[in-house]
Amino acid sequence: MEFLIALSVGVLSGCGVYLALRSSTFPVVVGLTLLSYAVNVFLFSMGRPKVGAPAVLDAAAETYADPLPQALVLTAIVIAFAMTAFVIVLALKARDELGTDHVDGAGETQISNSKEAKAS
Amino acid sequence: MDILSFALPLAALLPFLAAPVAANLEGSRRSAPAWVAAIAALVALLLTVPAIPRAFAGETLIQTWAWIPSLGLEFAFRLDGLSLLFTLMILIIGLLVILYAGYYLSSKDSTARFFTYLLLFMGSMLGVVLSENLLLMLVFWELTALSSFLLISFWGHREDARHGARMALAVTGMGGLALLGGVLLLGQIVGSYNLTDVLAAGDQIRAHDWYTPTLVLFLIGVFTKSAQFPFHFWLPRAMAAPTPVSAYLHSATMVKAGIFLLARLFPALSGTSEWLWIVGTAGMLTLLIGAFVALFQHDLKGLLAYSTISHLGLITLLFGLSTPLAAVAAVFHIINHATFKASLFMVAGIIDHEAGTRDMRKLAGLLKYMPHTSVLAIIASAAMAGVPLLNGFLSKEMFFDQAVVASAASPWALSIPVLATLAAIFSVAYSLRFVHDVFFNGDPVDLPRLPHSPPRYMRIPVDFLVVICLGVGILPALTIGPLLAVAVSATIQGELPYYSLAIWHGVNVPLMMSAVALAGGIVVYIFRRRLFAWNDKRLARIDARKTYNSVIEGIGRFATVVTRRFDKGSLQHMMAWTLGGAGLIAVVGFASRGGPLLGDRELTDFDPVALIAFGGLILASLLTVVMHRRRMVSLIMLGVVGLLISLGFAKFSAPDLALTQLSVEIVTVVLLMLALFFLPQYTKETSSRLRISRDALWAAGIGLGATLLTLAVLTRDLSPISGYFLEYSKKGGGGTNVVNVILVDFRGFDTLGEIVVLAIAGLGIFSLLRNIRLHASMTDLRGRPWSTDAHPIILQNLSRLLFPLMLLFSFFVFLRGHNLPGGGFIAGLITMLAIILQYLSNGIAWTSARIRPDMHQVIGAGLLCAIGTGLVSIGLGYPFLTSAFTYLNWPIVGKFEIASALVFDLGVFLVVVGATVMILVELGKFNLLQADPNSNAKGKR
Repeated sequence: MEFLIALSVGVLSGCGVYLALRSSTFPVVVGLTLLSYAVNVFLFSMGRPKVGAPAVLDAAAETYADPLPQALVLTAIVIAFAMTAFVIVLALKARDELGTDHVDGAGETQISNSKEAKAS
Repeated sequence: MDILSFALPLAALLPFLAAPVAANLEGSRRSAPAWVAAIAALVALLLTVPAIPRAFAGETLIQTWAWIPSLGLEFAFRLDGLSLLFTLMILIIGLLVILYAGYYLSSKDSTARFFTYLLLFMGSMLGVVLSENLLLMLVFWELTALSSFLLISFWGHREDARHGARMALAVTGMGGLALLGGVLLLGQIVGSYNLTDVLAAGDQIRAHDWYTPTLVLFLIGVFTKSAQFPFHFWLPRAMAAPTPVSAYLHSATMVKAGIFLLARLFPALSGTSEWLWIVGTAGMLTLLIGAFVALFQHDLKGLLAYSTISHLGLITLLFGLSTPLAAVAAVFHIINHATFKASLFMVAGIIDHEAGTRDMRKLAGLLKYMPHTSVLAIIASAAMAGVPLLNGFLSKEMFFDQAVVASAASPWALSIPVLATLAAIFSVAYSLRFVHDVFFNGDPVDLPRLPHSPPRYMRIPVDFLVVICLGVGILPALTIGPLLAVAVSATIQGELPYYSLAIWHGVNVPLMMSAVALAGGIVVYIFRRRLFAWNDKRLARIDARKTYNSVIEGIGRFATVVTRRFDKGSLQHMMAWTLGGAGLIAVVGFASRGGPLLGDRELTDFDPVALIAFGGLILASLLTVVMHRRRMVSLIMLGVVGLLISLGFAKFSAPDLALTQLSVEIVTVVLLMLALFFLPQYTKETSSRLRISRDALWAAGIGLGATLLTLAVLTRDLSPISGYFLEYSKKGGGGTNVVNVILVDFRGFDTLGEIVVLAIAGLGIFSLLRNIRLHASMTDLRGRPWSTDAHPIILQNLSRLLFPLMLLFSFFVFLRGHNLPGGGFIAGLITMLAIILQYLSNGIAWTSARIRPDMHQVIGAGLLCAIGTGLVSIGLGYPFLTSAFTYLNWPIVGKFEIASALVFDLGVFLVVVGATVMILVELGKFNLLQADPNSNAKGKR
């Protein structure tokens, strides 16, 4: 199972990095979201995942999953959402100000934009 | 309570408290801010009065409050003889300057702004001299640099003022950094940042390996502040400040802060050959250069500035000699210099004020226009020159005496008295120039204004200071003797050496030196014209500012070159660097440790269901990338990834995480869809083939690295720290859901920080979306127009029916959160989903009319709840966010714990609901606003 978890973390971060290196804003936001998933899963797995042992105190339970990484990841998920929202709105604002969705505010997408504007 | 137990911090902080008051008096009577400043200074003075007898009894008064004990930072103040001397100088000369400035400032200058800055500066200076803790002292030290920057640049419309202020800030700021390093080293050596410990540990410090670096860093701080060679060049440029500022900063306070520190740490650092060489040489060079250059200044304030540099050099040189008697002379000269130099600056300001110029080539014969002021200036100049019966003479004699004593040490030391006499000759010459050129020497040449006597109150401060010069000069033992004695014994932290404050010591070598200096000075002054001509030809071109400017420009160019190499204005480029750098660090870190990559922990088996789920996760991630150009598809794949991760959390015993991830995933997809409406639906591939393969390689490398890292960790055993949380969750936090107890109780402070971030993100998005204009395309990828159908009726009705149920469920999850999976975060997300569902199925207009609460207020209420819980526990005498609990038994819900943590969790709940709903609804509302005009336009077409 550990190999599967490790592989997932690797694939998630690889995919996230590739998308984060794209030149238009939307794939970058998607990439960052994937990257945040990768980080969350990685952090979570630092507690050595266990099956069927939730960290809810119970006299019958023999062992518990590590609650600390879980608590960290729980807030991380919510904050990652806030950051995703912030970045995507920033991307919208950039499109408004610069008229393009290129991450550097320049490039060929400008042409496709003006075409779109004409079309609408 | 005894006033003595808190008088010192109050005195130091009082000017800071008065500053905003003065600032708010803009627009009222012009004298009002001056009154505020004067009252603050007076009260601060009165506050120190009860401590004065103690200081005179040789006691050191220390008042301490813990601040950050783990860093050695204490809110600690100290009053002994030395700090008392400086406190008195700062406050008394401060009061005189306030009186003087009230008449000096023209009606165009804002008095409120001036006295606010002056108060800030006064408070910072008091802080420096009264601090017991060196770190605290550093804080005030930096504040003096900042507030003096404001004062020097007071006439910000003038270019020289801006440049001068910037240069002063750059030089003293750099010194401040060095001093920080020195103090940190000192603290490491001694093990305490408190002066009491540091001063007692002199031998330990001097014997330590770090002594030399500590000393050098410390001295850079001192020399920059006190304008010692080679950092002296900023002081003359700072003369662009209003003259009251120069009188205050450049005679008695700011430049003396460096000297103060030299005196303060004299017992801890002095006495080594390093100290002797560095401090002595810098002092001697500064003394000579300052005195020499001063003679050639045509600007009155320029002359005084270089003279100040020279006198500071003299004091530094005396400390450099390291003997107790030299310390006596140094402290004595600090007092004398402050009095005569402050009065001379004030005279220069009066002359500027009355005659309209400070150029000594134009000024002449002012004696008959302003006789009273002229007499004062002549006496003060004579004190500066070291004429008998004035205070300057006494300390100069002591200096000569010490120079002679030091000359016995070695052959090269013979130069000390010779050079000292040379400096004194120039000192006499420039003093003579100040007097003769300005007040005698025929009639003035085309002055802008006909001079006359200044307002009476502008002159009173000068009167006062000159009387001190005379009093100290004639009756030293009666006037200054006791204060000097306590100040010196605090400086050297030991037995007071024998010295005599008599005016007449008989005919001895120092007296001969004085006589030579006076005669030589007169001769130099007589031959001044030839010297001026020679100076203009040879030396005038040497300007330290050029070096300074080229250094500053060089640093700027270097920074630009380095920045350009990494920052090519491309996010992709920077991302690649950042990720590559992180990867490199990981590889190096891993490789340098050696050892096997994988550990030997027993691994768990995998079952077929898990295999399928992981396969799906990996497939969906890859599809997100492969399909990334068709953005909608990519987004749906992202949703699949998120949902599978949530399943994974459920599988591996993290029900709270599974619930959170599930809700967050849904809103993320909704949010990105809303945004996608305004972005192109399709990504054009603009990258070159080379770039794509490079990025793919980069991504594969990082993916591989992450896999290996995770494996390396997972195959090793863990010794968790969470045993503590599991054990005390029930006993201490009163809940059985350990994850929730960690969030709201053990690590409540972290959670508070996190919901603040959430709230800020929500508000940030709200403000970003104001005044934004976006154009949505009216068709999808294949050119089909968007559907304009009404909301599906079944969804509408079902969702309305579900709403109360979802809220109830959310409430249930919230209440049980402490014991079973749930809690504020999850309940908040569920409530948010309930609300968003209404928006999705019923439309913005319908829902907005029914869901009234303003989300700003919800966020605010949430933060208040969370912080309020913490404050209540402080109010009850426990640390911030301590929780208390009891049990309730409700039907259906069962027995549950009611804890103060529940109120905190309510805060979390409210912030989560407020922020997330605000983010989504703002973007959604925006869709509505944007879509409407477009559809109208379409209708017309």
